[in-house]
Amino acid sequence: MNEATLEIPYEIPEGARNPVEPFLRMDRMPHIWCAGCGIGTTVNCFTRALLDSKANLDKVAIVSGIGCTGRVAGYARLDSFHTTHGRAIPFATGLKLANPELQVVVYSGDGDLFAIGGNHFIHAARRNMDLKVICVNNMIYAMTGGQTAPTTPATAITATSPYGVSEPTFNLVALAEAAGASYVARWTTYHVKQLARSMEEVLKKKGFCFIEVISPCPTLYQRRNKMGDGLDAMKDYKAKSKVRNGAPTGECTLSKTGEIVVGKFVDRERPDYLELLKAQMIESLGDRYVEPEEACCSEC
Amino acid sequence: MAKGFVAITAERCKGCGFCVEFCPTRVLALSSAFNSKGYHPPHIVSAEKCSGCDLCGMYCPDFAIFGGRYAR
Repeated sequence: MNEATLEIPYEIPEGARNPVEPFLRMDRMPHIWCAGCGIGTTVNCFTRALLDSKANLDKVAIVSGIGCTGRVAGYARLDSFHTTHGRAIPFATGLKLANPELQVVVYSGDGDLFAIGGNHFIHAARRNMDLKVICVNNMIYAMTGGQTAPTTPATAITATSPYGVSEPTFNLVALAEAAGASYVARWTTYHVKQLARSMEEVLKKKGFCFIEVISPCPTLYQRRNKMGDGLDAMKDYKAKSKVRNGAPTGECTLSKTGEIVVGKFVDRERPDYLELLKAQMIESLGDRYVEPEEACCSEC
Repeated sequence: MAKGFVAITAERCKGCGFCVEFCPTRVLALSSAFNSKGYHPPHIVSAEKCSGCDLCGMYCPDFAIFGGRYAR
């Protein structure tokens, strides 16, 4: 079956193209994500947010770690960097400090950001680095074969816990708020419009912003736990999610079958790292302080 | 006359069914035909209902479908 045999009962306007295509390296398609995986949906939302926020695409950089979500940096036709495991935030911090004009987006998974790179995350949030962190939480280490992650909810069956997970799980939004993030939100891949709006907000906001996106993992998480495929997970999100904007993040712990509290939890103003650094330098050096040279040439 | 249209790239589809399930006006259904990877891509069952909201395009994890409105 090819495109020519697909019957379309009406005309498609000439020149119409998928709004996501200008943002993707189309020579790399089809991507490696499984059927029913939600990462592609979050990429759609991100491209809509880039379009709506009218961001200068030459000044947007994506940094990813390792994992399924780490592939986003490879597929996005933006300045992008696919870093070592867990070190997306340190690379992004360096990128931001060397070129403060850049809008640096860290796009990575839960295992990369909170297990291997957990320490980096809390310190970037504490310093209020001007990074936009998008964490696609599929509740498992998916690329390596479905091992227990810090976000795997209790009683779930994984490759390394065949009798069920006994550990308590990380509440990512509470962690981000406690560490000092300026903006904290959680959505699922079912909430595409809200997610796109949230991403647009963080692209316009200064400071450390964190968005958690709950995403299905049909191949490893749902299959082992007999929770159906990607579509069943999406229906589940629709049925169990409850929008509670401004809810106390401590009460928003995720469980295997319980309610999924979504919404924008925190939106506050804090001085960011570069402002604090400059203020401290001016205070100690006084007249001797000079502005650092721009890392970029005048043409770019 | 439909307000909008949907365009499907069947070869990129992995048959997850998100677009079919979440189309607000029920324009799509999974077809019985296969693409070359063995998935069933969606096809259009009631084109006249399409509002061109592009929700299918936002849900599609494989970038295989998008919607749009006709210029008036």
